[in-house]
Amino acid sequence: MQPFIQVCGKAAPMLAANIDTDVIMPKQFLKGIDRTGLDRGLFFDLRFLPSGEPNPEFILNQPGWQGAKFLVTGPNFGCGSSREHAVWGLKQMGIQALIGSSFAGIFYDNCQRNGVLTIVLEEVQVQALGRIVSQADSAQITVDLPAQEIRLQDGRVMPFRIDELRKDALLLGLDAIGSTLQKREQILAFEQQHLAQNPWL
Amino acid sequence: MISTRPTPTRTLYDKHIDSHTVCKLDDQGHVLLYIDRQVINEYTSPQAFSGLREAGRDVWRPQSALAVVDHVNPTAPRRVAAMSDPGGALQVSYLADNCEKFGIELFDVLDKRQGIEHVIAPEQGFILPGMVIAAGDSHTTTYGALGAFGFGIGTSEIEHLLASQTLVYKRLKTMRVTVDGDLAKGLTSKDVIMALIGKIGASGATGYAIEFTGSTLSALSVEARMTICNMAVEAGARGAFMAPDEKVFAYLKDKPRAPRGELWERAIASWKQLRSDPGAVFDCEIQLDSRDLQPMVTWGTSPDQAAAINGSVPDPQAIADPILRQDMRRALTYMGLEAGMPLSDIVISHAFIGSCTNARIEDLRDAANVVRGKHVAEHVRAMIVPGSTAVRDQAEAEGLASIFRDAGFEWRQSGCSMCLAMNDDVLAPGDRCASSTNRNFEGRQGAGARTHLMSPAMVAAAAITGRLTDVRSLQGSF
Repeated sequence: MQPFIQVCGKAAPMLAANIDTDVIMPKQFLKGIDRTGLDRGLFFDLRFLPSGEPNPEFILNQPGWQGAKFLVTGPNFGCGSSREHAVWGLKQMGIQALIGSSFAGIFYDNCQRNGVLTIVLEEVQVQALGRIVSQADSAQITVDLPAQEIRLQDGRVMPFRIDELRKDALLLGLDAIGSTLQKREQILAFEQQHLAQNPWL
Repeated sequence: MISTRPTPTRTLYDKHIDSHTVCKLDDQGHVLLYIDRQVINEYTSPQAFSGLREAGRDVWRPQSALAVVDHVNPTAPRRVAAMSDPGGALQVSYLADNCEKFGIELFDVLDKRQGIEHVIAPEQGFILPGMVIAAGDSHTTTYGALGAFGFGIGTSEIEHLLASQTLVYKRLKTMRVTVDGDLAKGLTSKDVIMALIGKIGASGATGYAIEFTGSTLSALSVEARMTICNMAVEAGARGAFMAPDEKVFAYLKDKPRAPRGELWERAIASWKQLRSDPGAVFDCEIQLDSRDLQPMVTWGTSPDQAAAINGSVPDPQAIADPILRQDMRRALTYMGLEAGMPLSDIVISHAFIGSCTNARIEDLRDAANVVRGKHVAEHVRAMIVPGSTAVRDQAEAEGLASIFRDAGFEWRQSGCSMCLAMNDDVLAPGDRCASSTNRNFEGRQGAGARTHLMSPAMVAAAAITGRLTDVRSLQGSF
């Protein structure tokens, strides 16, 4: 996994509540057996008109936010289906971090496993940041994970919190499975005892 | 001096997590959590198996997993193995390859035990009280009705679980939802969970594990409880369960994979301990009085945008919060509805009874009671997609299938079908569907299609009249 350290880029506001993973990655893009080609499906029904042309109203199609690396999101972003295709699509579109007041649990974990940073701020802060990046000339921000801060163009700084475990995994781009399997003996010992106590398992 | 510190009281959730913790990973609540079972489907698993193959890793405990084809298969009345959709066909054949290579049991589309994962796993007795279960589907919360703690995971986590039998897990906060009172006639557990989601919102339980309790829930059947735990994820809960009781034990007894004989007795003795300690403290308490409930329907594009059927479409103007007002406007535009319109004036084009939420045998009996001797409205296409092949067979044996066919419903094979429209059961733009499913998201049942969630009995009533209808108003239904 690619480490996340310090990333500078445009942030696009998507402040509606409850943007679900069906909207982020519609069903017709879930038929693969690999992770590729999902940038095409991202926000498909919002990004494209029925004619197939890009929808000029959609934020990521507007010149000021094309190539955005961050989304500033409304509450409960990523709710609904567990489909990790939503995160793969975001990543393939170049999105590296999401900043919002809350994320749905499965989606949040999926982001973490793919090296996409999810930053949780108070709703008022998210709204304030959303207003700032809604102006194309102030949409450029820097997300600094070691320092745990978001830096705006005008010099303002928004600190954020993150669990050390998550931070380290992102900074180092750790292979979660490899790390866990270093505890193989511990898992085996636990399992033996657990199955002995619950022999119907 | 002798310390007299009392044993701390624990919730049912605490007990499940404690008993499955391999080791603590930090002081911020992360643990390595042992997972007893996982259920695998064809669409969220391929990349997980590919990851194992690429890294040369094996599956830790193949017998802890059960695989089934459910999301992409057609539900046409005549079942065939061949799939016309090349993407779905590839996923199905790759699942079969993976199950063979890694030694995992698979129910393919022609298997009599096939069905929607969250319907077949309980049917098989694969899910038992006290277990912790994770699966690549958000509705894994369903298993909470059996006193098991189930939660959905993404594909990377499926791979982690297959490789290590564990997940890196962060402890949730706990919420107790107490539902008391007798449900009135015509009301179901679907109305209870829809009312709860309406009350606390689509993220009201985000970050929480819910324990359901109260007299309403004790009185419900195990299948009806599954509907509640299933949809708890629509309030954001990452797991929702109930302490197992005699009804659960009776439900499980003699299921194909349930323990037998002396082992059964030992299991029951252990399962009876599965409850929150008296005085256990929850981070959040919610009360709901089921005597106040009316049959519920959704009017918007999020499951919390719901109201009682005798109400009307709400007015965004009345909402103070500008973001919520904007969301509501957007939802009404998508749904093609006017504020103030009575909900019972909404005319439908489709009626769908199916999904892991509401397609079990009791759901089909409820719906059949409503449609018996009546006919689907002329302008409505109505479909029944049983939750499993076993449910379908039983409904045929009980005569329900012929009630549905005589009333003009399509009687189909089992699968996830039009709940999420990954197969060929897709609505067209502008179609409006009364649906017994779990999500009314934009485009969920087809791009531009409009979904109204409700109980199976309410879907049946809407199919008959051609509009959203209070099932209690249909003569002879109850």
